[in-house]
Amino acid sequence: MIKGLIYIILTSVLVNNYVLTKFLGICPFLGVSKKVGQAAGMGVAVTFVMILATAVTHPIYYFLLKKFELEYLQTIVFILVIASLVQLVEIILKKYIPSLHKALGIYLPLITTNCAVLGVCANNITDGYNFLEAMASSLGCGLGFLLAMLLFAGVRQKVENANPPKCFRGVPITLVSAAIVALCFNGFAGIVETLFA
Amino acid sequence: MVEAIITAVIAVTVIGILCAVMLVIASIFMHVPENETEKKIRDCLPGANCGACGYSGCDGYAKALCEDKSVKTNLCTPGADKVSQAISEILGTEFEDTVEMVATVRCCGDCNTTEKKTIYAGVETCAAAKMLHGGDGMCTYGCLGRGDCAAVCPHDAICMDQGIARVDARKCVGCGLCVKACPNALIHMMPDIKRQVIACHNKQKGAVARKVCSNACIACGKCAKACPADAIVIENNFASIKYDKCISCGKCAEVCPTGCIREADYSGKHRFPEPNYILR
Repeated sequence: MIKGLIYIILTSVLVNNYVLTKFLGICPFLGVSKKVGQAAGMGVAVTFVMILATAVTHPIYYFLLKKFELEYLQTIVFILVIASLVQLVEIILKKYIPSLHKALGIYLPLITTNCAVLGVCANNITDGYNFLEAMASSLGCGLGFLLAMLLFAGVRQKVENANPPKCFRGVPITLVSAAIVALCFNGFAGIVETLFA
Repeated sequence: MVEAIITAVIAVTVIGILCAVMLVIASIFMHVPENETEKKIRDCLPGANCGACGYSGCDGYAKALCEDKSVKTNLCTPGADKVSQAISEILGTEFEDTVEMVATVRCCGDCNTTEKKTIYAGVETCAAAKMLHGGDGMCTYGCLGRGDCAAVCPHDAICMDQGIARVDARKCVGCGLCVKACPNALIHMMPDIKRQVIACHNKQKGAVARKVCSNACIACGKCAKACPADAIVIENNFASIKYDKCISCGKCAEVCPTGCIREADYSGKHRFPEPNYILR
């Protein structure tokens, strides 16, 4: 049981990394990865929202949509629920934990309609996970996102210091380096299976 | 078919309305009252978040002003008198003049007066160049010329000209970010009503300083003697102007044998091309 959960977490962090393998959540990946501190904040916020969103959408799917045979409404209902959930969390944080709101506050609205969050919720259903497995998977995906953000922020700072040719500066060199980092993550394919073999 | 559409529409509408009701209730019950004064003050601050006031950005300063009445209203240098006056009106305190400051680079060792001792091919920032034996120039106190100050300047007031940084005093708002960025601590803030700058702070003895840069301050003391207001002191082998005494007469610049006493640049004429190190 626990082995299965660890397996799910490790695969979603390294092998099925949402950013670098599935190419979801590219917008914050490119947008907020200029500084390591900001990237870490965004990564933590996304992890937080992913876990929360899974905890809410998983029961909604099984106890509401599936029960009434409305599975085809999954995407639209999930978007609706996640968006309002994030808003609600923001209000609650602002009231009761202002320090956390200050740290995550600017990232929360950005995550409201993030495709990585929606992707995690939808994939948990497609993969047929039970509630516990779904939570493990969303934790793993969040950590994977955090890892990708941190790694890429480091890479970006190095690239900026290295003075790339003028025509490559900004977006072009960022995309090129993102591709190389994604290529590196391909090296993890199959590694987790051997760990548990 | 029609039934399916109606079911879908009803389901989504119901869920949507539930979410909306939940959010409305939450926003009513968990409303955090925003401080009106703070918001007003925040609106009249420039929003550059430069930190010249000593607080963490404009929000921090606005908060400090509201909570602590002893915080002065004239700490915002970019906003200057206008902002200070506006804040004073909101808080009902007495208006105080801001002393507007401009940044000046205390180095005039450009490519005509000093030479490089090594060929540096590392990371193109002053901080990195400084780490390698104090930089590639003959003078280890001088401007490294890689534009760390220009990179942090939010108002594009610093340009690199002939290998040294130059501040366009008309664009400078006095935030002081460049002061922190310079690894050689070359940039100083001075009151913008004063003009003269001693553009050298080489701490070596006069003869050595002269050898590394023909514009160096050799600490001869002529300027100190010529100054009618006793505003110039010689310390650590270079002259400095005490701006509280300086009367901006310009006599020091006339007598300086090496020409390192310059005037702050208010001409606004210096529009330099991009730094030429971009394509190496």
